[in-house]
Amino acid sequence: MIKKAEVVIIGGGVIGCSIAYNLAKLGCKDVVLFEKNSLSSGATGRCGAGIRQQFGTKMNCILARESIKIFENLSQELDYDIELNQGGYLILAYTEREVNQFKKNVALESSLDIDARFISVDEAKEIVPPLNTEGILAATFCPTDGHANPFKTNFAYAEAAQRLGAKIYTFTRVKEIKTKDNQVISVITDKEKILTPIVVNAAGGYSGEIGEMAGVDLPVYSQRHQILVTEPLDPLFRPMLMSFSRNFYCQQTPHGSILMGCGDPNEPKGYDIGTSWQFAREISQKMTTIVPLLKEVSMIRQWAGLYNMSPDAQPILGEHPQVKGFYMAIGFSGHGFMLAPITSKLIAELILKRKTSLPIDKLEIGRFERGELILEPSVV
Amino acid sequence: MDDNVIICHCEDVTWGEIRKALEDGYTTLDEIKRITRAGMGRCQGNTCRRIILGEIANFCHKKIEDLDVSTFRPPTKPIKLGTLAGGEDD
Repeated sequence: MIKKAEVVIIGGGVIGCSIAYNLAKLGCKDVVLFEKNSLSSGATGRCGAGIRQQFGTKMNCILARESIKIFENLSQELDYDIELNQGGYLILAYTEREVNQFKKNVALESSLDIDARFISVDEAKEIVPPLNTEGILAATFCPTDGHANPFKTNFAYAEAAQRLGAKIYTFTRVKEIKTKDNQVISVITDKEKILTPIVVNAAGGYSGEIGEMAGVDLPVYSQRHQILVTEPLDPLFRPMLMSFSRNFYCQQTPHGSILMGCGDPNEPKGYDIGTSWQFAREISQKMTTIVPLLKEVSMIRQWAGLYNMSPDAQPILGEHPQVKGFYMAIGFSGHGFMLAPITSKLIAELILKRKTSLPIDKLEIGRFERGELILEPSVV
Repeated sequence: MDDNVIICHCEDVTWGEIRKALEDGYTTLDEIKRITRAGMGRCQGNTCRRIILGEIANFCHKKIEDLDVSTFRPPTKPIKLGTLAGGEDD
């Protein structure tokens, strides 16, 4: 028997599972999700878990603000504790250029009703007492930023989607997307064929490969980012500590362990998710300088995951202009977890031809050809 | 096995929590690790991994050797950040 679905989602990370949930919630009865491994096995399960509204572009600010509003009630909505903890993000300025950029960011954020403040070094020290303030010129702080448990958030979305009738198949790899007259008609996995007029590419680091299956070249690439985690400690500081110029982020989780990561400007594009001792040394050198008492704290594990980068570090949402029925929620550029609640809602509304809660035409893939790039300056 | 038996000593995960995850349909070591934190502590699963694999095998009526094992991640033993930071450049 040949199976049918109204919508097939590719990818069992938080983007795919939250889209499945929002489609089912809006009444779509026949949603099928395929994941080649287990749920959260890609970037969702490897991310830094932070949720921030402090961005440098209006679009990222609005998406993040609306996401936080959903996160704040998500445990109740999905009937699953996602361990949301709003301890804020403390973003440190080490250069005059950053001071100027952060003043602009805070002005933008304030105009969008985001509770971010430009603060002095002394205020930063009050918020994070073990901070070594050497070299810090100023900081910004947004108390409603924070983090949640990405595994639990994803399982919460997946289980809620399934309760509403969505079908999730793990360990099922999509091999082909069939189109006819530039319209999606079916998806072939390593187990079966399924007829569908709509496919959603939510494959994160592998979204480019899914694009190739649909016959389109997507302007995204993947890049490894590494993280390590320490043993659990008594509470030391609540906010996420972050710097763009010094290139790090670091946060203590409710569990007590401390997560820390940084980007590598020389990291090649690709799918490598191995780990390196050079990363462990570099981030240890940075973080033991910035929070000296971490010298005595042990690292217990390190891992890596893929950022799926878009040309302007903002997500690509919507239907592909050349393939009808091929929708994308890709290119989140390291911010997929925090933006999932709102973007999944918007994509579901778009697919079901509802009025979207926010205008998202500026996030369509066509923006790159039209040259409407507004580059997000605030990415680690 | 009694539900109160602690399977993962680093993260205080009981058999009851692992049994519930299995019954909820999470039948791989990776999924159980992500839901319960079993194997995410200081010893990185050196104590509990084999016990949990045995229980997954029982639950799924499979052989242990046919099960997927989580990735082994560095370091083998916990190492202080101060020690890591102090390494010489090569």
